[in-house]
Amino acid sequence: MALRTLFTRKPQITAPLGFRGLQTFSLPDLPYDYGALEPAISGEIMQLHHQKHHQTYISNYNKALEQLDAAITKGDASTAVKLQSAIKFNGGGHINHSIFWKNLAPVREGGGEPPHELLGWAIDTNFGSLEALIQKMNAEGAAVQGSGWVWLGVDKEVKRLVVETTSNQDPLVTKGASLVPLLGIDVWEHAYYLQYKNVRPDYLKNIWKVINWKYVSDLYAKESS
Amino acid sequence: MPFWICNKILFTVHLPITHALSLPRIEKIMAATVAAAAAIASPLKCGGSFSSQSSPFSGSTRSFHWRNNEKQNVRKGGRGVITAKIDLKPPPYSLDALEPHMSRKTFEYHWGKHHRAYVDNLNKQIVGTELDTKTLEDIIVLTFNKGDLLPPFNNAAQVWNHDFFWESMKPGGGGKPSGELLELINRDFGSFEAFVNEFKAAAATQFGSGWAWLVYKANRLDVGNSVNPRPSDDNKKLVIVKSPNAINPLVWDYSPLLTIDVWEHAYYLDFQNRRPDYISIFMERLVSWEAVSSRLEAAKARAVEREKEEERNKTEYEEGDEANPEAVEMYLTSDAEETDD
Repeated sequence: MALRTLFTRKPQITAPLGFRGLQTFSLPDLPYDYGALEPAISGEIMQLHHQKHHQTYISNYNKALEQLDAAITKGDASTAVKLQSAIKFNGGGHINHSIFWKNLAPVREGGGEPPHELLGWAIDTNFGSLEALIQKMNAEGAAVQGSGWVWLGVDKEVKRLVVETTSNQDPLVTKGASLVPLLGIDVWEHAYYLQYKNVRPDYLKNIWKVINWKYVSDLYAKESS
Repeated sequence: MPFWICNKILFTVHLPITHALSLPRIEKIMAATVAAAAAIASPLKCGGSFSSQSSPFSGSTRSFHWRNNEKQNVRKGGRGVITAKIDLKPPPYSLDALEPHMSRKTFEYHWGKHHRAYVDNLNKQIVGTELDTKTLEDIIVLTFNKGDLLPPFNNAAQVWNHDFFWESMKPGGGGKPSGELLELINRDFGSFEAFVNEFKAAAATQFGSGWAWLVYKANRLDVGNSVNPRPSDDNKKLVIVKSPNAINPLVWDYSPLLTIDVWEHAYYLDFQNRRPDYISIFMERLVSWEAVSSRLEAAKARAVEREKEEERNKTEYEEGDEANPEAVEMYLTSDAEETDD
């Protein structure tokens, strides 16, 4: 099985003054085919979600970074501050979706297999059981007004698992500086509409069949060490 | 047995009343039952002629549906439960009338599921509460609660927003406005094209879920209930604003004239991620400028009324009218004693 970089970053040097390198971003490859998560998530959705939505966040993030770079170089504080919302929207979109693709896996590659050992125990301790965690995340995800995400994260300061939601593309860290995202579920309508239409709860119920708990467990182990 | 039925007075009462309702509510229903029984028993006076042939009922069924224009509206619920009064209004055209620009399929979900759910959920939230006696606009302003949103706000505002959105469109829409609306657009935006560009940009850059609006701004700087997002603009002009999720310009005391829904559910079936294409089609093929014009007329009339009222209140205050010391405090509703719960 070929090891593929999940988060490919191809640095592009754009240096208006010749010696400052600005790292911009490109779309990471998915570690599975668009159709590999069916029937939980349709291939049509995966393709649009990856090639259009995520790509657009990256393009707009790069543009905002270039403008920010220019503003900083010129000492244009007003423009630099004005760009912050574009950076949060689009940079957040890039961060969140990069995590999301890694949180998913086809069934034949372990998608849906429940977590064991360290993460399994932590879930039982913090939430009672995996079922309870899933119920909680589904309830909170369904209740997000408008667009956003539901997260399972770890609070590194108090060493606890937390469930949180964020609006739009706000990364989890906007809910607490010590929060690290382990698992995020996109509840923007674009994540499910073509397949589940208005029935977000059905999408949430089904996505657990393709959650890559192996990745989440490894990440938790790393963040708790 | 001959009986007269006025085709305006139809009445349904469902018993048993569930224990979930508060006592005052039950009293109201009992009173309504008695009133209805009396109404049926006595000869009814209605405008227009009526005969047994105009009755919608034939045969021996003796159930009547009661609907009147007052705020109390007792309707049949699913299991004999009294439901609250907000209606799911259909668009003023059939669900396929805006094809191919906005598909019937989109309407089946957008109106048939999303809008319907906002109505049903709002009714569940307000039934048996004080909000159930208020108009939709009052519910929105009250539950906005100076930005600290109360639970019914989202549903109430979304019901209003969607009613307003369907009425902003028509089959064979698009083109250009005319008359005074066009004059004001030219005055406040420079040109119709400049207006279109600004409106499309607002709709395209409302991040996440939300709405873009053309509004008539004729309000006070201090809008009491909220923070005026455009305090530096002169009053009595057209402006474009955008809003997230369910928020709408009513909470800023602006008069909405036109809106476009940019929640993804509004365009995803027809346009997928291509929101700019959806916005263009909306402007070119769907906008009902007649609706916008008539809303403008109403907004201007309201503004004139308010100015007169402010003059009156100012005069009273200056003349030391102690009978109404609160006259100068402007609230969005006429009920000055609304408590924040």
